[in-house]
Amino acid sequence: MFESLSLLTLQQYWWLIISLLGAILVFLMFVQGGQTLIFQLGKTETEKKILVNSLGRKWEFTFTTLVTFGGAFFASFPLFYSTSFGGAYWVWIVILFCFIIQAVSYEFRSKPNNFLGQKTYEIFLFINGALGTILIGAAVSTFFTGSQFSIHKENLAELANPVISQWKGAAHGLEAVLNWHNVALGLAVFFLARILGTLYFMNTVDEKAILGRAKKQLLINAIPFLVFFLVYVIALILSKGFAVDPINGTVSMEDFKYLHNLLAMPVVLILFLVGVVLVLWGIILPLWKFEKSASKGIWFAGPGTILTVFSLFLLAGFNHTSYYPSTYDLQSSLTIMNSSSSHYTLTAMSYVSLLVPFILAYIWYAWRSINKKKIDAAEMETEEHTY
Amino acid sequence: MILNIDPGIVDWSRAQFALTAIYHWLFVPLTLGLSFLVAIMETIYVKTGNPEWKRITKFWMTLFGINFAIGIATGIILEFEFGTNWSNYSWFVGDIFGAPLAIEGIMAFFLESTFIAVMFFGWNKVSKKFHLASSWLTAIGANLSALWILVANAWMQYPVGMKFNPETARMEMQNFWDVLFSPVAVHKFLHTISSGYVTAAIFILGISAWFLLKKRENGIALKSILVAAIFGLITSLFLAFTGDGSGYTVAQTQPMKLAAMEGLYKGQNANGLVLFGIPQPGKKAGDGKNNFILKVEIPGLLSLMGYRNVDAFVPGIEDILYGGYKPEFLNVPHVEKEKALPVSEKITRGKIAITAFGNFKNAKKAGDEVAATKADSAMKANFAYFGYGYLQSPEEAVPNVALTFYSFRIMVAFGFYFILFFIIVLYFYSKNKLQDKRWLQYVMLWTIPVVYLAGQAGWIVAEVGRQPWVIQDLLPTRAAVSMIETTSVQITFWLFAVLFTALLIAELMIMTRQIKLGPKDGGTK
Ligand code: HDD
Ligand code: HEM
Ligand code: HEM
Repeated sequence: MFESLSLLTLQQYWWLIISLLGAILVFLMFVQGGQTLIFQLGKTETEKKILVNSLGRKWEFTFTTLVTFGGAFFASFPLFYSTSFGGAYWVWIVILFCFIIQAVSYEFRSKPNNFLGQKTYEIFLFINGALGTILIGAAVSTFFTGSQFSIHKENLAELANPVISQWKGAAHGLEAVLNWHNVALGLAVFFLARILGTLYFMNTVDEKAILGRAKKQLLINAIPFLVFFLVYVIALILSKGFAVDPINGTVSMEDFKYLHNLLAMPVVLILFLVGVVLVLWGIILPLWKFEKSASKGIWFAGPGTILTVFSLFLLAGFNHTSYYPSTYDLQSSLTIMNSSSSHYTLTAMSYVSLLVPFILAYIWYAWRSINKKKIDAAEMETEEHTY
Repeated sequence: MILNIDPGIVDWSRAQFALTAIYHWLFVPLTLGLSFLVAIMETIYVKTGNPEWKRITKFWMTLFGINFAIGIATGIILEFEFGTNWSNYSWFVGDIFGAPLAIEGIMAFFLESTFIAVMFFGWNKVSKKFHLASSWLTAIGANLSALWILVANAWMQYPVGMKFNPETARMEMQNFWDVLFSPVAVHKFLHTISSGYVTAAIFILGISAWFLLKKRENGIALKSILVAAIFGLITSLFLAFTGDGSGYTVAQTQPMKLAAMEGLYKGQNANGLVLFGIPQPGKKAGDGKNNFILKVEIPGLLSLMGYRNVDAFVPGIEDILYGGYKPEFLNVPHVEKEKALPVSEKITRGKIAITAFGNFKNAKKAGDEVAATKADSAMKANFAYFGYGYLQSPEEAVPNVALTFYSFRIMVAFGFYFILFFIIVLYFYSKNKLQDKRWLQYVMLWTIPVVYLAGQAGWIVAEVGRQPWVIQDLLPTRAAVSMIETTSVQITFWLFAVLFTALLIAELMIMTRQIKLGPKDGGTK
């Protein structure tokens, strides 16, 4: 079935999957956002415990999605994996660091004799939530702003140094945060994650004091989110972009490239607008009718986030655009055509992708069966396994 | 202008990868085995309805959870290190190597992480049957993740099912099933997961013995011991069996590794297996020194194990370096039918292949199809030795012999010890004397570190023994690295070393406290 598709169709199919995984990942970063709010929303030990435990049942899912996002990117676009990870070394290492310390924090936090102390693990959770989201946002922004690298496949013949991808600049990726565009997206993701975290708490926690504070946090985070997000989107639409000649693959700068992409792909434009409206509605609804709708916000803002991020990824990769451009050597820029795996591998992987609906089904089923009831202080007393 | 690769970057990248892998392997074997043992214990609970089995299940499950978290923390680093530290590798083999990694995420990690949540939070929320099913699914998920990563690793040791494409400058997959079912992958998977089962069995025996020593929880300890010892005996026999299979595949596919494992410099027909020996320190290939200070050998056994033929010729390090022997006993497809080539000749041919690749690229750029075709056929004719072209001297093809030799001895010796150990434990158990044998209780406790040592030694054999190759014969480590400053990798090496060590200490402290608290309150507080 997939064998008969053209290489280009498979590349597009896999860019869709990568975009979807990236979009789901950003939505699931409500866990990270929530982690940065533990101290603000939880004033007593019990309250903190409730918050940590409500996140603790979801963190692995976010983590596994990140791991799978990485694996799928490696399998489908290995040249990105080798160029970006091996070049923007420091950004990725710092991001990884944020995730190692998260992985142990839930399990170790409240266990007796845990060596570093409960406070340390809570700080770990905060660092993961803050630095992790900002850096991932900034790294994704380089899909539009570009990085400084060169790729020469013929280097493989250089015995003294056969490395294909080379990065310019000793900061190895950290230079990304010197570009205000990248920072704006990083901060937008950070505040969005906090909004989603707040909405998640409103949905799963049943504790008056926490909910009251959550409402305030929603407003506090919505304002900077909107500012950074709007600034980023407007700058993006006005900016030059990296256009690819479909015939010979030459990359050149094009004015208003991303605006052109939106207009050339009306579906993406619609997805984007619907996504943004859903996110806004997810924020406004709980603020407006708190008593009745507080728990519903996440059902709008979550899918809204997925649609928005999904359409941003499509904007970066489709319509003859370079999704990982090099500002140092334009012709080294990565496109979905020049960085993908072979036809054979993409085909094999496409069969594997058919498992995804099945996986989503069992995740849904398993979660429903353990999340029937909201989390409250009473459950923290009776439940045997708590973080 | 291209700067030369700094040898420091290669060594530090190797050190960093080894560090992370070794830490990951401290936690993974226990996950692999304990997940099954917990599922078995829960099955007994569901079948008998005896609440004591529920307490047993929950107690081991708590320890499982603590271990699991840190296994994940080290795993994510390994995955991304392929990109960060082995960037050239990631492009050169990403078309084949990326797939199992992605499949692992899709097929295994989600299964594991979803049902582990049901395992821990579902006790009072889902039916007994569904809970039991979740425990089994968690175990299956863990073992599936081992499958895919080991397929990837096996392919590095014995690359099959692919072809080099000079247009894209990389290896491209031709046959997924060849990759999945290569004999190396099958043996590696079976041997490695069974080593995890044995590790978990010994872990349970050791901790139960500690309870016996403290005269606490006798009932629970003895019940756990029975399950773990039976499970351990079966799996340790299987471990020795699959270990023999692994030895056979090494002989067939990586003769240099086998020679290093045996400290064998000059091979012969009907070669013996060194039961015990001390290799000559400072021995170099071709220096004429004796390779052993002392050795005890079983005649003919190495030939039998490696080639299933008592008379087979086993090439030693010098035979492989200088060539000239006839590789007639190999049962896998191989290039050198008549006479093995010396490594120096392989280097020459590798350089021809690499130069031809460069010419191909230039010809393509110039649009000269005739020259491109000519270069392509020159490259194809010598491609089997492509990686040798990057070596600077033939001696570079020899791994660290002493480390490989001793590690192999440690693993195998303890492998046989474990079989005996399980038999002894079961014997005293059946005589109802385990409670009184304090010496045996101490032995059980102290076998825990030993099994970890054996497992690490196994990986040292597999990974150090294949040096200098990342991809056997096709890509040496020096050509696999990323272009980053050595100081960057030095910094991250130490960062990881400190962080992992701190987390390990935390894990051990929490684990011992949980064990001391015992299964009293369900083992969860
Ligand atoms: C508890 C741990 C343990 C024990 C007791 C044994 N092994 Fe093992 N062995 C492993 C744990 C292990 C491992 C960690 O799982 C390795 C590392 C790489 C691999 O494939 O499995 C391994 C590798 C490994 C290799 C190298 C495979 C390769 O290079 O690809 C060989 C030849 C053997 N083993 C053979 C044996 C034999 C003959 C044993 C005798 C009983 C034995 N092992 C016991
Ligand atoms: C060097 C290559 C390896 C890489 C890149 C790697 C990658 C990973 C990653 C990313 C995770 C976290 C998964 C999650 O988010 O749930 C993980 C966990 C795990 N890995 Fe590895 N791994 C490697 C070696 C191995 C080996 C050799 C085995 C077994 C034979 C193994 C078995 C497991 C298991 C069972 C887990 C579950 C968590 C735990 O350790 O307790 N891994 N690995
Ligand atoms: C978890 C168990 C493992 C352990 C303890 C382990 C151990 C090691 C060690 C000690 C080295 C350094 C060898 C040297 O430089 O002399 C190494 C290197 C390496 N291993 Fe493993 N390994 C494990 C699993 C894996 C797996 C499953 C893969 C691939 C899927 C893998 C891929 C590599 C790579 C790419 C290197 C670096 C290049 C090299 O030095 O060859 N390892 N490993």
